[in-house]
Amino acid sequence: MDTFRDKLIPVTSILAGVVVLWYVCAIILNAPFQRDLDTRANETPEIIEFIGKTLVQPKPTLPAPHQVAVNFFENTFLRPITSNRSLVYNAWVTLSSTLLGFAFGTALGIIIAVGIVHVATLDRSLMPWIIASQTIPILAVAPMIIVVLAAVGITGLIPKAMISTYLSFFPVTVGMVKGLRSPEIMYLDLMHTYNASASQTFWKLRVPASVPFLFTSMKVAVAASLVGAIVGELPTGAVAGIGAKLLAGAYYSQSIDIWSALVAGSIVAALLVMVVGIAGRLVDRAMGGRPA
Amino acid sequence: MTGISPAVVAASKLGLTFQTNDGPVQALSNVDLTIGKGEFVSFIGPSGCGKTTLLRVIADLEKPTSGTISVNGMTAEQAREKRAYGYVFQAAALFPWRTIERNVALPLEIMGLSRAAQAERIKRTLDLVNLSGFEKKYPWQLSGGMQQRASIARALAFDADLLLMDEPFGALDEIVRDHLNEQLLELWSRTNKTICFVTHSIPEAVYLSTRIVVMSPRPGRVSDIIESTLPRERPLGIRETPEFLAIAARVRDGLRAGHSYDD
Repeated sequence: MDTFRDKLIPVTSILAGVVVLWYVCAIILNAPFQRDLDTRANETPEIIEFIGKTLVQPKPTLPAPHQVAVNFFENTFLRPITSNRSLVYNAWVTLSSTLLGFAFGTALGIIIAVGIVHVATLDRSLMPWIIASQTIPILAVAPMIIVVLAAVGITGLIPKAMISTYLSFFPVTVGMVKGLRSPEIMYLDLMHTYNASASQTFWKLRVPASVPFLFTSMKVAVAASLVGAIVGELPTGAVAGIGAKLLAGAYYSQSIDIWSALVAGSIVAALLVMVVGIAGRLVDRAMGGRPA
Repeated sequence: MTGISPAVVAASKLGLTFQTNDGPVQALSNVDLTIGKGEFVSFIGPSGCGKTTLLRVIADLEKPTSGTISVNGMTAEQAREKRAYGYVFQAAALFPWRTIERNVALPLEIMGLSRAAQAERIKRTLDLVNLSGFEKKYPWQLSGGMQQRASIARALAFDADLLLMDEPFGALDEIVRDHLNEQLLELWSRTNKTICFVTHSIPEAVYLSTRIVVMSPRPGRVSDIIESTLPRERPLGIRETPEFLAIAARVRDGLRAGHSYDD
């Protein structure tokens, strides 16, 4: 229970601080428009009433936390999950392409890392390109991938998943290269004294040694994968998904919708990172890790 | 065949020069050495004298740049390929994700032994190093001395006749070290293995060895070889006897003669 108290209190106090700051910002940012409305309506409200009004605007510049919370609650729990206004439905659309892209990205990342560790030419030829690939802004690449794949008849889940793959393979590659190279010389010498083959050294030493690195990099990769899926939804004409909700909200100035979609996205991201973290801890425990 | 068993290790005019960024470094120079079956040979000397390098050459972890080395009558490489020796490193180098028994099984798995044969050898070697009952423990659950014993068990598991040990007890405290030295001697007399043991402790070298190879640095070379006159049966108390102290004094003299720190 100590870890609960150690973690919960600091985290919630930061959260409380953020909420207070958010309210202050909401009042300040929504005030000009409210003043405008009041002038046109020839009203001179008291300061308390004025502040109250800044927090209940239908299309505020910055929605107040409770407005986002109400919108989030309605769109999550009160709508049938088959409705395209349901956040659960939209989150699922994004989640499915995130997971597919993450699976592809992890597999691709591991394959590239194995190649880099075992083939010296790949190490020198591939690594610069892999690093360069991540310096290209994904927002510029995403529409091209969607458009090119649509031209050859591939639409829907796959193009979005590919963008997720593009973003998520990189941390896995970097982490796994490090992980597969993590055994010290002494362990490699030991395998050498047994006259172990390269594949025996790989499976019995390099792979188990790389597992902690894999899970650390998968945590980064799964979050990147979600970003990729959301970005991939922006140019698809806003059909469905968290990205589509964000875009639609921006079109129609539904700032509250944008923010609740954002909250949904963050919750999905947090859950994904948590699941990967728990999986990592379970695997570590199964591999005889010392309990923390 | 002449009927004389060939030397376990035979080095002749052995030299090894490392090419480093600061130019060549001569780690070994003109080493002549023959080690017979069942001997316990210690290599002692200050750091940089090439004692670990010599052990690594025997193990085919380094290639000599001049001279010849044979292990069990073969080249060092052939001997390594035939798993002619077990190697114990300065650190236990146990795989943290394997239990003690799976660590001991590692070389056996690599050699492709059946599960049943593995189990039998694991039991026998863990008995030999007094680690029975710790099969299912992970390395972090054991003390440093026990971990090093597990790594000795791993080196013994595949029945190599030659045991190469590179300062195996260097990181342990003196009480544990005494205990392990006693156990190592007992193990040696029971198994009749040939042991090459690198150390920088004079009492350890004298206590354990039938022969002590004193080495000196820059370039690494053998400066003296001392035959021990101590009996094979050695209680810890033997270290207070005049005979023991005389050998230790000779080792110390040998080290001092080859010492190049004071020039």
